[in-house]
Amino acid sequence: MDKYGLYVPKLAPRKEYFAPGHRACVGCGEMLAVRQVCKALGRETIVINSTGCIEIVSSLFPQTTWEVPWMHTLFENAAAVASGVESAIKVMQRKGKYRDKKVNILAMGGDGATADIGLQALSGAFERGHDLLYVCFDNEAYMNTGIQRSSSTPYGAVTTTSPTGKKSIGQQTQKKNLPAIAVAHNIDYVATASPAYPFDLMDKVKKGVNTKGPAYIQVFSPCPTGWRSPGELSVALARLVVETGVFPLFEVVKGKYKMSMEFEKLRSIKDYMKPQGRFRHLTEDDIDTIQARVIEEYNKLKEKAYGQ
Amino acid sequence: MFSWKEIPIGAIVTAPGSAKEYRTGDWRSQRPEWDLAKCIKCGLCYIYCPDASIGWKQDDGYPWWDEYHCKGCGICANECWTKAIHMVEETE
Ligand SMILES: Cc1ncc(C[n+]2csc(CCOP(=O)(O)OP(=O)(O)O)c2C)c(N)n1
Ligand code: SF4
Ligand code: SF4
Ligand code: SF4
Ligand SMILES: [Mg+2]
Repeated sequence: MDKYGLYVPKLAPRKEYFAPGHRACVGCGEMLAVRQVCKALGRETIVINSTGCIEIVSSLFPQTTWEVPWMHTLFENAAAVASGVESAIKVMQRKGKYRDKKVNILAMGGDGATADIGLQALSGAFERGHDLLYVCFDNEAYMNTGIQRSSSTPYGAVTTTSPTGKKSIGQQTQKKNLPAIAVAHNIDYVATASPAYPFDLMDKVKKGVNTKGPAYIQVFSPCPTGWRSPGELSVALARLVVETGVFPLFEVVKGKYKMSMEFEKLRSIKDYMKPQGRFRHLTEDDIDTIQARVIEEYNKLKEKAYGQ
Repeated sequence: MFSWKEIPIGAIVTAPGSAKEYRTGDWRSQRPEWDLAKCIKCGLCYIYCPDASIGWKQDDGYPWWDEYHCKGCGICANECWTKAIHMVEETE
């Protein structure tokens, strides 16, 4: 981060809308990401949250971590419920039964909720054009239920349902490209973000919510429990994943790709993988294969940003 | 506690942020300690704390630590540029 980045943290809104006292694991990068997203949105916000770690750790009845109206949905339907909330507000405003002020509608869920079981609801919300922001907190597995693979788990990673062994490298499939799926719906704002770059993240959240119609942001969310990584490294990993090109930061505004961060040279993926137990079994050959794929995907993305 | 008959319909909770009452600080096995001579008051530790357990003092701008909620993850110590924070074993 540059000098400018060094002194701005105190300019972020001071108020916490995702209060301390939540029951997330020590060093949870997902809750750090939620905290930053909420800071960016402020109090005129309604949150619709699918089942998963975020919901579980923030709503131990009769307590709540939320300082804004918050609603828990099923695992699969946050985008559908958020569509209903948005439509209801619109109708009530038309009838003069709701104050005439913009309310941020934030739908959120984990990668399992978004890439797997809730993809249909998400696609519907995009297609119908509801004015909402959907944020996917991507910790690359179903963590809340004990680390099962999702379609967002990267190739080679160990989860309880993608174990490593003689005939298995761990996860055998490649990570689903959700931002590209969102872009294919022709919505006006799609972005990726990481809590290691809080100002980039907060900026994107504001842009997303101020976009008329649906917006989608995928936030990288380190999970020390599921990744078998030290809790103190959650932010460092959220930075390394960007510096290695494994999870590049970009925006797609009205279909136009733009890189948010560029590096003269990408770091070796080993720097990112080494501290994580879920990658510990990989051989040098495996890592070379994954490294080649990362570069290939990164170049494809750059092509989209600069090629047209 | 209360019985299921007293749970409101929809399990609605009307007190915002009430989880603050819960002392997550009890989970801590290590705690951050500040060497303020090295601190440049940048606020990075504040923006990177997953448990919103660091603020800063209004008068002198130095970090303020929330002992009641800090879980002792060590992110603040790892991210501080000037190495003004180090983790020590929790003994209390
Ligand atoms: C229909 C249905 N199937 C399964 C579950 C059990 N379940 C609850 S949360 C969860 C996984 C959540 O994973 P993800 O969305 O990635 O969120 P994370 O916990 O990783 O943040 C599962 C399988 C459920 N609640 N509903
Ligand atoms: S399992 Fe992972 S995502 Fe869930 S609370 Fe723990 S660290 Fe956070
Ligand atoms: S990150 Fe370090 S230098 Fe910056 S405010 Fe915190 S303790 Fe001080
Ligand atoms: S140790 Fe972790 S929880 Fe405690 S203040 Fe530092 S970043 Fe926050
Ligand atoms: Mg997940």
